[in-house]
Amino acid sequence: MIQAVSRRTFMLAGAALAGLPLAGCGLGSKVSFNGTDITGADYGRDFRLTDPHGQEHTLADFKGKVVMVFFGFTQCPDVCPTALARAAEVKQLLGADGERLQVLFISVDPERDTPEILNAYTAAFDPTFLALYGDAARLAETAREFQVIYQKVPTGSSYTMDHTANTYVYDPQGRLRLKLMHNQTSLEYAADVRKLLHAA
Amino acid sequence: MHFATSRIIRPLLAATLLAAAAGAQAQVTVSNAWVRATVPSQKATGAFLQLQSVQDAKFVSVSSPLTPNAEVHEMAMQGDVMRMRQVQAVDLPAGKVVELKPGGHHIMLMNLKTQVKEGDTVPLTLVFQDKDGKRQTVEVKAPVHGLGSTGHAHH
Repeated sequence: MIQAVSRRTFMLAGAALAGLPLAGCGLGSKVSFNGTDITGADYGRDFRLTDPHGQEHTLADFKGKVVMVFFGFTQCPDVCPTALARAAEVKQLLGADGERLQVLFISVDPERDTPEILNAYTAAFDPTFLALYGDAARLAETAREFQVIYQKVPTGSSYTMDHTANTYVYDPQGRLRLKLMHNQTSLEYAADVRKLLHAA
Repeated sequence: MHFATSRIIRPLLAATLLAAAAGAQAQVTVSNAWVRATVPSQKATGAFLQLQSVQDAKFVSVSSPLTPNAEVHEMAMQGDVMRMRQVQAVDLPAGKVVELKPGGHHIMLMNLKTQVKEGDTVPLTLVFQDKDGKRQTVEVKAPVHGLGSTGHAHH
């Protein structure tokens, strides 16, 4: 892994560079987003997870696209389907730009979320969405890197998962830029994605 | 038991008659029920609906032939984190429309025996209890909507 210090410096420099052309566009004002601007964050830098076809991916595989990452599980009746349905709506709202959006769904429930289920699940929302998973150790590592929490909670007959419900958004250069909340709308998400796609 | 005054007997009689009448007509109305579809091998999903009770009551249990395990859960966001917890009952204040919908309470159908497909119908048996402890059962056939459904008409 790249040394944290130099990576941070690189990212800050990158963010500063990205800021230059934007300052030229507007009235010299900074671009504002609906999501929380976390440009330069020293977390969520990368992942190494497997897709349902057994292929390993890191963020670099999606360079050139805006990447939206959501952590969830398929036995989630409410938040996860809502988040993925919203992501599908975002893709629609983007029109042709939608081809430059990659949605990733990282499972926090590898025990029950088999590759087959994950593949069918994301495809039900949009065929381009990709599920990613890792074993318990890899998941823990990934969650630590993203500073997200997930926890098994027993319920009457089974268990559910508490989990962070944010969406993390990367620009086409693979830099983590935004954190969007679950209570924000597809319009707000789409506006931010469009800005990232058309910046620099 | 010895009832000393008619102040007790008359209301008690009235309540008994009302409860008896309630057995004949539904005290609780169930509407807009729907179940979210699943993909093959997916073992759990949610059901959503609206409830309205004439008098104060509680929604106390749910069952379905599709699963041995149907529970009522409440979803709550604590900051950025989603948490779901089983609840034993949902209060239905008299006359109020209580919605079990994404973002709030929902019925969890867990350990599903089969896939639930868009276009299917899921039988649900809902049990309500009024202040006197009298129970009412309502049978519902909930249509299955696509995974991405919000419950409203699509736009």
